[in-house]
Amino acid sequence: MVLAVLVIARTRNLFSVIVLTGVYSFLMATVLVALDAVDVAMTEAAVGAGVSTVLLLGALHLCKAEEAKPAHRPWIPLALSMATALLLIYGSLGLPEFSDPDAPIHQHVTPRYLKNEIEVPNVVTAVLASFRSYDTLGETTVVFTAGAGIIALLRRRKTPKNERDKHAE
Amino acid sequence: MAHFMYIATVFLMVAGLYIVMARGNLIKKLIGLSILQTSVYLLYIAPGKLLGGTAPILAPQYTVYSNPLPHVLILTAIVVGVATLALGLAITVRIREAYGTIEEDEIIAIEIELLKKADKLS
Amino acid sequence: MQSDLVLRVIGKILIPFILLFAVYVQFHGDFGPGGGFQAGVIFATGIIFYALIFGLHKARTVIPDNVVEAMLAGGVLLYAGFGIAGFLLGGNYLDYFVLSKDPIHGQHRGIFWVELGVAITVCGVMLKIYYMFASRGNSEEQH
Repeated sequence: MVLAVLVIARTRNLFSVIVLTGVYSFLMATVLVALDAVDVAMTEAAVGAGVSTVLLLGALHLCKAEEAKPAHRPWIPLALSMATALLLIYGSLGLPEFSDPDAPIHQHVTPRYLKNEIEVPNVVTAVLASFRSYDTLGETTVVFTAGAGIIALLRRRKTPKNERDKHAE
Repeated sequence: MAHFMYIATVFLMVAGLYIVMARGNLIKKLIGLSILQTSVYLLYIAPGKLLGGTAPILAPQYTVYSNPLPHVLILTAIVVGVATLALGLAITVRIREAYGTIEEDEIIAIEIELLKKADKLS
Repeated sequence: MQSDLVLRVIGKILIPFILLFAVYVQFHGDFGPGGGFQAGVIFATGIIFYALIFGLHKARTVIPDNVVEAMLAGGVLLYAGFGIAGFLLGGNYLDYFVLSKDPIHGQHRGIFWVELGVAITVCGVMLKIYYMFASRGNSEEQH
C-alpha cells in the first residue's frame, strides 16, 4: 500500500495513476477486512475501486492524460509535510495502545449498541439506520446535494463554447 | 508495534497532503485528497479493533466484537467522499472547458494575462 | 469496446448476477454485511458496466434520465417522509417504535424503508454522475 502511494506521487501519466488508485483502494479494503470492518471494506471495494475509478477515467477522457512537469522543485511542500508528519506522530504517542479494551472508544455508547436491543444481528446496520438515523439522513442529503451540484455544473449544453467558436471564426 | 497503525496512518495522510501541495494538476490533487481521506478511514477504524474480536455481526458463539460505531461513521464518509470527488471532477471538467488546461500554473498565467488586458482596456 | 465479443458475452452473464447481488445486499443487510449504501453503489456499478459494454444510449433506454433524477430526489424524500410517518403515529421524528404494535417489528420496518431510501438516492446519484461525464465525453467527440 505504501509502495502504491509512493508510485502515485511520482508517476506523471494520469492513466496509470488512476489504475494505481484502484489498486490502492482494493488494498485498503483488505486492510479494513483485517480490522473487522466488513461493511466498510465492502463499500470501499465497490466505491473506491469501482465507481471512483470509472469517474476518474471519465473525467480524464475530457482532460489531458499527461501531467505537466512541475515548474519548481517540491522542497517546500516536502518540508512542510515532514513537519506535519513529525507533529502527528508525536501526537499519536499519547493515544491509547492498539486493541486496548479499556480505551475510551470502547466505553461510551458501544456496550449499549452491542446489547442487541432491537434484534438486528448486524450492529452496523442497526446503528446506521436506527440509533443514528439523523446522521444518515444528513449524509443522504449530502449525497443528494452533491448530485444536484454536478447536474447544475455539467448539464449546460455546449452553447457558450459554440458561441466562442463562432467568435473565433 | 503498538503504534504501528498510527504511524502508517500518518504516512498515508502526509503523502496525500504532499500530493495536494506539490502537484499542480487538478486531477492529481483530487487523487491526493482521496488518499488523505482513506487515511482518515484507517484512523477511525484502527482504534475500534479488538484483538480476538470479530466483526460486529451478533451471533451466539462470539462474545468479543470490534467497535461498530466507527464503522458506521466511515461507511457514510466513503459514499459522501465519492460524491464530493465527483463534484470536484465536475468542476475540473468545467475549468478545462473554460481555460483549456487543468494545470494550476497555466491557469494562474492565463488569469494574470486576462487581468493585464482588462487594465489596458480601462 | 462495443464490438468486443468476450466482453459482451461475459457482461451478459455477469450483469444479472451483479444486480441480484445488489438486491441481496440490500435485503440481507440486517443479518450480514451490507445495507443501503453498498446496495445502491453495487446496483449502479452493474448499470455502469452495462453502459460501458453496450454503449451509453442503450443504458439510457433501460434507465432513462428522468427516472434517475426521480430516484435522486425520491430516496431522500422517502427517508424524510418516513420520519414524518413516525411523527404522525404519535412518536418523535424518525421514531420507529410506533410504526407497528410490536416495537421490535416497528424497528425492523423502519430500518427497511430507511435503507431503501438510502439505496435509491445513492444509486441515482452514482448513475447520474456517470451519465453526466459520459455524455459530456460523447458530445466532445462529435465536435
